Amino acid sequence: MSEAPLESVPPELIYFSTRSGNTHRFIQKLELPARRIPLERGAQALSATRPFVLVTPTYGGGGAKGAVPAPVIRFLNDSDNRALLKGVIAAGNTCFGAAYGLAGRIIAKKCGVPLLYRFELLGTDDDVTRVRKGVREFWTRQS
Amino acid sequence: MTMTAKRLTRVDAINWNRLQDDKDLEVWNRLTSNFWLPEKVPLSNDIPSWNTLSEPERRLTIRVFTGLTLLDTIQSSVGAPMLMPDSRTPHEEAVYANITFMEAVHARSYSSIFSTLCTTREVDDAFRWSEENPALQRKAELVLERYWAEDPLMRKVASVFLESFLFYSGFYLPMYWSSHAKLTNTADLIRLIIRDEAVHGYYIGYKFQQAMAEATPERQEEVKAYAYELMLALYENEVAYTELLYDEVGLTEDVKKFLHYNANKALMNLGFDGLFPQEVCDVDPTILAALSPGADENHDFFSGSGSSYVVGRTEATEDEDWAF
Repeated sequence: MSEAPLESVPPELIYFSTRSGNTHRFIQKLELPARRIPLERGAQALSATRPFVLVTPTYGGGGAKGAVPAPVIRFLNDSDNRALLKGVIAAGNTCFGAAYGLAGRIIAKKCGVPLLYRFELLGTDDDVTRVRKGVREFWTRQS
Repeated sequence: MTMTAKRLTRVDAINWNRLQDDKDLEVWNRLTSNFWLPEKVPLSNDIPSWNTLSEPERRLTIRVFTGLTLLDTIQSSVGAPMLMPDSRTPHEEAVYANITFMEAVHARSYSSIFSTLCTTREVDDAFRWSEENPALQRKAELVLERYWAEDPLMRKVASVFLESFLFYSGFYLPMYWSSHAKLTNTADLIRLIIRDEAVHGYYIGYKFQQAMAEATPERQEEVKAYAYELMLALYENEVAYTELLYDEVGLTEDVKKFLHYNANKALMNLGFDGLFPQEVCDVDPTILAALSPGADENHDFFSGSGSSYVVGRTEATEDEDWAF
C-alpha cells in the first residue's frame, strides 16, 4: 500500500454497473476519476492501487442473498483491494422495500467502512451535487 | 408504418444455457424468486383496523384498489402479451410470460382484499364507480392506444409509464395507512406488488434502451419527444384522478409529490432525465419509510446528519460468506 498522503492524490471511485448502465451513467455525471469493475468473469480483474470509494448497485430486490453483485464480491475477496476501501455508495430503488440499497449496508458492515450515500436508479441532479461535494470533503477528512 | 420490430420468425425450443443477453436470466431469476400469492398474506388481521376507518376512508380505499385492479388487468391481458412479439430473444419472451402471469396475480389479489374486508355492495359500487370514472377510463385509453399502435418503442414507453408511474396515485394510500399503523397486512401485500412492478419497469425500460440505441438519431429524438408528451398527458390526467379521489380526505397535494417523484423514476427507467424538479418531489418521509421499512435509516453520511457510525472489526471476506 502506498504511503503517500491522501490529499496528494485525487479521490478515486471504483464502481460496478450491469449492462443496464444505471450506475455507469451516475458516475459519468459526477465527473470524478472512476474505474469500472469488469462485467465478464473472464475479463482482466481490476485492482485498486490507491484508496477508493466503491459505488455499487443492489441486486435481487429481495433478501440479503445475491444483493451484492458477484463481480463486486470477487473484487472485494482480494484483500489488497479491501485494504484500500474507504467507504461505499449504494444505488437501489425504494420500491424494493427493506432491501433498498442493501448491497451498501452489507459491504459497509462486512468491510468496516461507512455507507456514505444511497441513490435511486440514475440518481438525480441533487444526488450528483451531494456526492461530488461529499466525496471531496470525505477525502479531506480522511487525510 | 415502417417501425415494426424485427420479429422472431419461427419458434425454436428455448435453450436457457445459451443466452444472447444475460440480463434475461438475471431478471427471470429475480422474478421467479420473488413469486408470491395473496393467500400467503394474513389479510384477515386487518379486519379490526378496517373497522376503525370512516365511511369516506373506506370508500376511497376500495375505489383506489379497483383503479389498481384495472391497471393490472390491462397489463396482464394486453400490455405484457403485446411485448412478446417485439422480443429480441426467446428468453425475453419467457420473461414477459412471467410478467403476464404475475399481473394476473396482482389483479386477483385486490379481490382477496375485498372479500376479506368489504361487503359485496361496497365492492360493486366501487367497480361501478371505476367503470364510470372519466379520469380512470382516460388513463386506460391513453395507454391502450399506444399498446395497439404499430410502434414497438412507444409500446415499451407506455408499458414503463404504467408500471412505474400510473400505479402510484393508488399505491400512495396503503403506504399512508401503513404509516398510521392501519391496514398493515394489506400494505405488506401491496409492497410485494410494488417490488414486482419495479422489476417490470426496470426490465422493459432496459429493453427499450437497447432498441433505442439501434435507432437513428432522428428517430431517437422523435421517440424521446413522444415519450415526454405522453408523460405530460398522463400526468395531467393523474392530477385530475388524484383530485377526484383524495380531495375529500385532504391528501391531494401530498399525493402529487409522490406522483412527481415516481414520474421521474419512470423516465429514468427509460434512460431519460426526470421532468419534475426536486422541490416538488419532497415526498413525506413517513411515506418513504412505509415504502422501504427498515431501510429508512439516514445514510447521508456526507451531510453529517447520518446516524452515528461505528467502525466494525474488518472481517476476512471469503466466497462462502457471500452466498451468491
